[in-house]
Amino acid sequence: MADVKKIATRESYGNALVELGKEHENLVVLDADLAEATKTIIFRKAFPERHFDCGIAEANMIDVAAGMSTAGLVPFASTFAMFAAGRAFEQVRNTLGYPHSNVKIGATHGGISVGEDGASHQCCEDFALMRTIPGMVVMSPSDDIEAKAAVRAAYEYVGPVYIRFGRLAVPVINDNPGYHFEMGRGVTLREGKDITIIATGLMVAEALSAAETLAAEGIDVRVVNIHTIKPLDTELVVKAAKETGLIITAEEHNIIGGLGEAVCSCVAEHCPVRVRRVGVNDEFGHSGPGADLLKQFGLSAEHLVEVVREELKK
Amino acid sequence: MTQEEKKNLAVTACKVRMGVIEATHGAKSGHPGGSLSAADLFTYLYFKQLRIDPKNPRWDDRDRFVLSKGHTAPGLYSALALRGFFPTADLPTLRHIGSYLQGHPNMNMTPGVDMSTGSLGQGISTAAGMALAARVRGKDYHTYALLGDGEIQEGQVWEAFMFSAHYKLDNLTIFIDNNNLQIDGQVCDVMSPYPIDEKLAAFGFHIINIDGHDLDAIAAAIDEALATKGKPTAIIMKTVKGKGVSFMENKAGWHGKAPNDEEYETAMQELRAQLAELEAK
Repeated sequence: MADVKKIATRESYGNALVELGKEHENLVVLDADLAEATKTIIFRKAFPERHFDCGIAEANMIDVAAGMSTAGLVPFASTFAMFAAGRAFEQVRNTLGYPHSNVKIGATHGGISVGEDGASHQCCEDFALMRTIPGMVVMSPSDDIEAKAAVRAAYEYVGPVYIRFGRLAVPVINDNPGYHFEMGRGVTLREGKDITIIATGLMVAEALSAAETLAAEGIDVRVVNIHTIKPLDTELVVKAAKETGLIITAEEHNIIGGLGEAVCSCVAEHCPVRVRRVGVNDEFGHSGPGADLLKQFGLSAEHLVEVVREELKK
Repeated sequence: MTQEEKKNLAVTACKVRMGVIEATHGAKSGHPGGSLSAADLFTYLYFKQLRIDPKNPRWDDRDRFVLSKGHTAPGLYSALALRGFFPTADLPTLRHIGSYLQGHPNMNMTPGVDMSTGSLGQGISTAAGMALAARVRGKDYHTYALLGDGEIQEGQVWEAFMFSAHYKLDNLTIFIDNNNLQIDGQVCDVMSPYPIDEKLAAFGFHIINIDGHDLDAIAAAIDEALATKGKPTAIIMKTVKGKGVSFMENKAGWHGKAPNDEEYETAMQELRAQLAELEAK
């Protein structure tokens, strides 16, 4: 996949905001001194009068956004996942979630692929935190095309939405004419009958690559892309459980509380099958190049291949 | 404000206080102390100042009011009910299962409530957002927010102050209910925020200090706030917690406790006597 086009989904976020900003005058963007990194700077250049820097004060930013939303604006509040879901959790819970405020959180730099900044900035807990808030939509797009579609869907939906974007450039995998994005609907990217990998975010590309390697060994892997972690596409998950039995989940998140546990809950209730969770194994990350960290923490196609072989032997 | 208007407002403020007692007694819990200390402000805002329409609570051009100290919902509910947003007879359903009068304000359940609040320090940020939104949308509504003096111990409040001054939100006016009492005792003993006025001035606010039970002072302060351009205004109101009910006045214990049947009778007797006196004026 050496010549595959790569783009970071945070870049997609900035570009999508500009596109939507042209169409909708009521779209405003808030940032917390990270516009260069979250890429809302792209929007700021296009629409300076609709971009508001809140300074390094995320709690205030989230609630300012809630206030603006009551007056007919659609704010996208942007910062790193760590500060959006972590630092401002209670603001998100009480003033976005509880009143069902029409605010979108653009949370960039999710997961350990943040890299060199180290564990303090590598948020692997955001899915867990955001999932527990009633009415909150949680999305984790896999590439540029999906990220842009997710931003548009978030704008069109009335209510609070959390979207996680990544720092690292990731391959574009959805550039096919049949691509269709629907919030809450997973996508079967590859049919297969032996085992299903249910992945989200940058792990979707890794899952596809693993499936290709395994196909050469005669192992038929289904790959399901779950871009919307909440509400979960339970129908698609249950279908995979019924048809392939074994499920592997893959996410750049703690194995506690994220996609893996969402899938576990779903199959436990509807169609109990064995689920193996691939993710960050309840530990903190550390400094290093993002791509290297992903490999080190087992968030790679190679590791998924090993896991599939292991699970099929059991 | 004419003498007649002032008399009517004073009468209404007494009725707002009676509503607070009715509601908290009916709920068997709740926060009468801070509701009573802010009753004169609630009255002035809802019966004189705010551009609102009880028949159209979500009117796009209405003035906004955010009760950042959301625990004093009984005071807000009482004023809203008397103003016609919902029946006063419903006040005693406060905090009951099935009631639209939640323990802390819920904007989706209670007509007239502009923001769900309760977790201290957050309402002020939403008010700043409403004020900024007015500018973005070219609207001329004014946004008001009421904070407790204990509430300003929350760090987020100072983030919001910084933000409001930075964006020169002169369409935002905040009130600090300075009754000097919080749950654990006197504000100055628990964690002193003083001098509130100097701190807010340093944060870029226009400052007005008033007696929060003096309707003329409230009127003059709001007029001054509306005339102030280029910066938000903070009106720091010296108040008495529990104002109007003798045994509740200046007692931290009445922050979050409801009157029992006997206390209810005593409180209502006192307020009825005050009402009769005001009406006879």
